Amino acid sequence: MSKSFEEYWKKNLTLIGVLLAVWAFVSYGLGILLVQPLNSIWIAGFPLGFWFAQQGSIYVFVVLILIYCVLMNRLDREYEVDEQ
Amino acid sequence: MSILVWTYIMVIFTFGLYIFIAWRSRVKETKGFYVAGSSVPPLANGMATAADWMSAASFISMAGLVSFMGYAGTVYLMGWTGGYVLLALLLAPYLRKFGKFTVPDFVGDRYYSSTARVVALICAIFISLTYVAGQMRGAGIVFSRFLEVEVSTGVVIGMTVIFFYAALGGMKGITWTQVAQYCVLIIAFVLAAGALSYKLTGIPIPQLGFGSTLVEGERAGQYVLRAIDGIHEDLGLHRYTEAFHPEGMGMLSVFSITLALMVGTAGLPHVIIRFFTVPSVKAARISAFWALLFIAILYTAAPTVAGFARYNMIDTINDTPYTEAPNWFKNWEQTGLVAWVDKSGDGIIRFRAGNPFVGAPRFTGELGEYGQRLISNELTETDNELYIDRDIIVLASPEMGNLPAWMVGLVAAGGLAAALSTASGLLIVIASSVSHDLYYRIINPQATERQRMLVARIMIAIAVIIAGYFGINPPGFVAEVVAFAFGLAAASFFPVIILGIFTTWVNREGAIAGMITGISFTMLYIIQTKFMGMDPWFFGIVPEGIGTVGMLLNVIVTLVVSAVTKSPPEHIRELVRNVRTPRGSGEASGH
Repeated sequence: MSKSFEEYWKKNLTLIGVLLAVWAFVSYGLGILLVQPLNSIWIAGFPLGFWFAQQGSIYVFVVLILIYCVLMNRLDREYEVDEQ
Repeated sequence: MSILVWTYIMVIFTFGLYIFIAWRSRVKETKGFYVAGSSVPPLANGMATAADWMSAASFISMAGLVSFMGYAGTVYLMGWTGGYVLLALLLAPYLRKFGKFTVPDFVGDRYYSSTARVVALICAIFISLTYVAGQMRGAGIVFSRFLEVEVSTGVVIGMTVIFFYAALGGMKGITWTQVAQYCVLIIAFVLAAGALSYKLTGIPIPQLGFGSTLVEGERAGQYVLRAIDGIHEDLGLHRYTEAFHPEGMGMLSVFSITLALMVGTAGLPHVIIRFFTVPSVKAARISAFWALLFIAILYTAAPTVAGFARYNMIDTINDTPYTEAPNWFKNWEQTGLVAWVDKSGDGIIRFRAGNPFVGAPRFTGELGEYGQRLISNELTETDNELYIDRDIIVLASPEMGNLPAWMVGLVAAGGLAAALSTASGLLIVIASSVSHDLYYRIINPQATERQRMLVARIMIAIAVIIAGYFGINPPGFVAEVVAFAFGLAAASFFPVIILGIFTTWVNREGAIAGMITGISFTMLYIIQTKFMGMDPWFFGIVPEGIGTVGMLLNVIVTLVVSAVTKSPPEHIRELVRNVRTPRGSGEASGH
């Protein structure tokens, strides 16, 4: 396989890694592991840990997928592996 | 007009719509039947996936569960949404590029083995059958509560409608009816949630109202969640937002269940095959985004319904004389989902910690001093006098929010849409697994297009009948088997698909050994702890979360066995490299 394919795949894996790190940090980190300390902080009407667990993490999931779509489509064009 | 009349109007209108759509999208060839000709636009596929995913459990039961669990309800909220990130980043684009009809198709081809295909096929059928039985039951319950027909009549009506559009239009018919069903269910849910929010906080958007202040009552001016926490403390209960309190789940349980549900979501065949129906890899990616966005609308509204209903219920019922209880309370008492037992003998309803009596209410048929329905259950030691079934939280929310009768009818139609859309998605998995993977790919590879279509339609009929049977005669463990479906999906498909895409060297022997280890361990653990009364022996992990461990075992076994056995042939390595880039995706093909 050509060098550019290896490069494309490596960039793809890096992107997936970064996005999944955010995914895990928000849901398992803020929503579960750190929920008790975060719950002592209230922002507007929400204890922060509870908000991340039942609202915030879901919004972040949606945004993560959107970022992935935009960046992957760009990467496809850059390496000329997009569908024509 | 009465609630009953409005409910009939809503249900008949929506069913008519589904049948009309099905007739318009009937198909003649297998490609249309299995993957809707791979021509579904991403936005529509997003809606169809959302309806496919959100079952009777999401629509009817989830907000109620969260309402009773407080913080711990998070396992469902995050668990049933977070899997879409895995699906979008790790599975959907590559499986679309692979371009076949079913999940066992991928497993069989990637691992160049009929054995792997058959193992995958059995998992797919088992997972889908356990899941579909619950859906038919859900449809039956909505029919019986709102349309006042027998549960079994309701199930038969639901079966007939599903059979009609699934057999006629296959995946194409199902997809377009699911789009309509999504619209019905989301409008119903959001209107009900919005009305409750408006009533309590003056803000019609529930996600915002949940974080603002109450407009009336003793606690007016307090933040909603502060008020809910406050009334819980007054009643001697743990605060609603408190995590890991001794009467709820510990951190390990919350963690493992959330992970098992997320990974299970990404491994469920009826969700995965939705991504075979779009025209390109790019479309598969963006339709995962649409799907989660549409799901998130309901999943961020559900915890607000849970909180609002919790507050409203305690606020309007607790320490209120029975004779002055709101109308919805008495309406739902008639259905047996609410019961009050006057332990203190003063005619006042007291809601406290613990169960009021043992088990579900058994009514004696007589009325008490205040007109309440008497029960014959053994009473508990607690001061609590109130029994509330979790399922009424969503179903009663329009009445709690003083919504007009037509809204109540719409919520009933929404519950039916949720149940029917999921059931139909599962039936197509069962039908395509048998007719495509078993009949065409293994038993009779020379089968003509006509023969394959006939087998697929016969399989739909058989699956509908089996699902309907379990809907009418539910095995006592229907709720329990849901843990099975997610645990098995997490422990079987997910690791094998991911490793099949992200490594070139994982081989046939590894995948088969991994799947069998993952499934056997998970199944054994669930059977031991759920049905044989054993204690959760693996680090105290509850059976609902054991899929996480099964998945890890699967990965380890697959990697170790692959490392010590013969590596896959060159054409398989080529196949893996090919699925990694979108170019040349083309249409799904059966050959």
